[in-house]
Parts: sequence; structure tokens; C-alpha cells
Amino acid sequence: MIKTVIALIVLLTAVAYTVWLERKVVGHIQNRWGPTRVGPFGLLQPLADGVKFLFKEDLTPPHVYKPLYIAAPMLSLIFALTSIALIPVGNVVSVGGIRTPLEITDVNIGLLIILGITSMGVYGVALAGWSSNSKYSLLGGLRASAQMVSYEIALGLSLIGVLIMSGSFSLRQIVDAQGGTFLGFIPRWNIFQGQIFAFFIYLIAAFAETNRVPFDLPEAETELVAGYHTEYSAMKFAMFFMAEYANMITVACLASLLFLGGWHGPLFGPPLLQAILPVIWFAARIFVFLFLYIWIRGTLPRFRYDQLMAFGWKVLLPLAIANLVITGFIVALKS
Amino acid sequence: MIHLTLFLVFGAICVAGAVNLLVQRHPINSALSLIAVLASLAVEYLLLGAEFVAAVQVIVYAGAIMVLFVFTIMLLNAGEEERTRGSRVAMVIGIPSLLIGGVLLAWVLVRHSGTEAVLAGALPGSPENVAWMLFHEFLLPFEVTSVLILIAIMGAVVLAARPEATSTGPGKES
Repeated sequence: MIKTVIALIVLLTAVAYTVWLERKVVGHIQNRWGPTRVGPFGLLQPLADGVKFLFKEDLTPPHVYKPLYIAAPMLSLIFALTSIALIPVGNVVSVGGIRTPLEITDVNIGLLIILGITSMGVYGVALAGWSSNSKYSLLGGLRASAQMVSYEIALGLSLIGVLIMSGSFSLRQIVDAQGGTFLGFIPRWNIFQGQIFAFFIYLIAAFAETNRVPFDLPEAETELVAGYHTEYSAMKFAMFFMAEYANMITVACLASLLFLGGWHGPLFGPPLLQAILPVIWFAARIFVFLFLYIWIRGTLPRFRYDQLMAFGWKVLLPLAIANLVITGFIVALKS
Repeated sequence: MIHLTLFLVFGAICVAGAVNLLVQRHPINSALSLIAVLASLAVEYLLLGAEFVAAVQVIVYAGAIMVLFVFTIMLLNAGEEERTRGSRVAMVIGIPSLLIGGVLLAWVLVRHSGTEAVLAGALPGSPENVAWMLFHEFLLPFEVTSVLILIAIMGAVVLAARPEATSTGPGKES
């Protein structure tokens, strides 16, 4: 219960400050300052934005299909926030004699459940596009659902190599299998155990799954106004935004857990520091990922829609299958 | 106890979703009810201990196949359906035969499977168990099913390829 509350607060704060980070970094990439006025370095900007979203007028356009129009942002946000419950952020720690693992719940099919929850997240976007009863929203929703279904296959297949190597669906066991080093200095992360192709396939598919540049076709503002959330305002719009950033964080967590050794890193100092350090190493990996997301957003142009589909089905999917077959062969030969 | 309560609650949601699926006039509402049915079925599997099947149920049916249903409904922009007065033949023959069929099914099930219920969490449903069964005991049916699905995919490609595009289109390779 306490862990749930803490995880939610940390996640929502992280979402708010990812938005701040994005505005700041993209600002510097484009030779601007980004937010500077509210608080030092604009650090209170997310708070001001939140207050603004709450007090804005919540318009409901007249021709929308109301039940789904209201439900869609909620669905998006619920599915985006639920998956954090299954993500472990560190080792088992003992506080005041009570040993507790640093995650809300540990199930032996954790990875599958996360995939299930994220695959349900499409409905929020698709239904928002449909129920808004506007051509831009509809096109955005259609693009989003086609894109997410297509890239989910490459994403799932790229993860199977990791699953074969660690022999478990439990995220904690997958991370535990990556402890130790080769030759004393190369960490035994999955990315250094031959899963480097899988890592890049996952990375690309994850960008498409979260609708980020260069795959942000569902909300391409030059052609679709704002895509599926064109007709939304105030807090409903903010809920889509929060869902998108929460999904980014989930995807970054998964990438660090599955490919980059989770919370493994050098441990030193007194026992308290040793207990906290894994969480810091994990957070550092997530930060690198989020920075990469923003960096790419500031650098790359957008794909055309047919390029996006052709790339997903004709390049990523065969590569993922090839990686799966080769990994299977190697593991079978070793055992 | 809490398992049984949850099982009953989700069973009720499942049946209510199935009835709602038939009653709703708008295709998208029907599709959403079907998602609710599939998701609550997944919870039932989970409660019985078949955790892998539950996860696959959500990923494949609720997460992928139903997305395509919703996608098609959105793409066609299907409107509300008209309600027709049902035919009298259906009323006279349909309802009694439904009742008889239900009773027969229940009788066969009770007769052949005994009366004791499956305990919550009793099914051997971990991924290892499922994989062992699929690749040892049921290897042949499993592979035959996958060939069947492959044939269905190829058939769909052949049917979907337009006749004038057969010289260059994707239909030629199949």
C-alpha cells in the first residue's frame, strides 16, 4: 500500500519533470533557453502547467460521442500508470528489520503482464480518435492503432532473445541473471551477451509504440493539427500527455531491466549507501534513455506513413525473427 | 474465499458483457463489450492458476485481435444498426432448442467430469508447464494448427490481392 503510493508519486513527478527536461533540452538544441521564468531554471514550470490545466475551461465539442470521449483519456492514463506496478527498481532492502523488495508486486510472468497492459493502451488513443468525430482525430487514431499493432510484434519478438537467455519471465530474475562481469571489466548485461541487435530493434519499436519522433505520425501537427487529441482540452488533454510520458518511462525501465543490467553497478560505502546505490544506477539508466528520446526528437525529421509501415514489417520484423532464431541456436548449442 | 468472490464477480462481468454485446446497437459498443468479456475471461484463467494462458489471452485477443476489430469499425465508420422484429420461427424453435442444448451440455459436463470444482490456483499453468505440454504431448496438433493458420494467412493474401495487380502484386508469390 505504502509502496503503491510512493511509486505513483514518484512516477507522476518523473512525468512532470520529463516534460520540463524535454522543453529545456529541445530549447537548447534549437538555440533557445526553454522555460526560465518560473522558479530557478524554470523548475517550477511543471507545477504552473498543472495548475493551468486544472483551471482551463474543459470544452466538449458538440458532435462527439460522449461516453467514449470521456472514457478515452482515462483509459490511456490508467493503462500507462498500471504497468509501473510490475517494475522492480532495486534489490531487496531491509528497513527496520522488515525486508522488502523494491517493487509493488513480483509475479513470475511480470514481463508478459506489462506487454498485455501496454497492448491495451492502444484503445485510449483509438477511441479518442473515433469518438471525437473529427477527421483529423479519426486519422490520428487510425494511424496510432495500425502503427502500435505493427510495431508491437517486432517489440515482442526482440524481447524473446532475452527471455531465452535468462529462462524466466520474472523481471527480477532477468536482472539477477545479468550480474557479474566478463574478464573483470565488461558487465554481463544482455546487450554485451549478443543481444545488441535485439536492443536496437527494441529501441526503434519502443519509439514507435510511444508515438515519439521520428514515428509521431498519429499526432503529426503539420498535417493532422494534433492527431487523436485535437478535440481535447484542459485536463483531458493533459491526461493524454501524462500517459505518453508515463509510457516513455515504462519503456525506458524495461530497456534498462532487460538489456542494460537493471540496477547492477559498482557498490561501495556504508550499508545505507549500498542500499540506495542500485536505485540510483537504475534511475541513471532511465535518465539516459529519456535524454536519448528528447535528443532524437530535437534532431530527426518525421517519417512518411508508408515508410513507417514498410520499415516495421519489412525490416524490423525479419531482423527480430533472425535474432530470435540465432539466439535459440546458440543457447541450444551451449546447453 | 477472496478468490471465489473475485471469480464470481468476473464471471458476472463476463456474462453481462456478452449480453451487452448482443443488445447494443452501435458496433463500437459491441466491440468494447467483447473486450470486457475477453479481459474478464483472462482474470478467470488467472484465478484458476493458468497465468500464462491469462497473459496470452490479454495480449493476443484483447490487445491485438480486438484492436483490429475496433480499427475496422473506425475505418468503415459503421453507423448504428437498425433493430428488426425477430422472426417467429426463431422464437418458436430457437428458445426451446437453446434450453434443451443448455441442459444437455450441463448434463454431459456433470456426468463426465464429476461434480467437484477446480480449486482456485490449482491448474498447472506456469509457462514451463504449458511449454512442456505444447512441445511434448501435443507437438503434432500444435504444429498442424500453425500450418493451418499459415494456410489461412495465404488464403487471405490471395483473396485480398486485386485481380489486375496479380502480375506485380503481393498475391503472386503465394
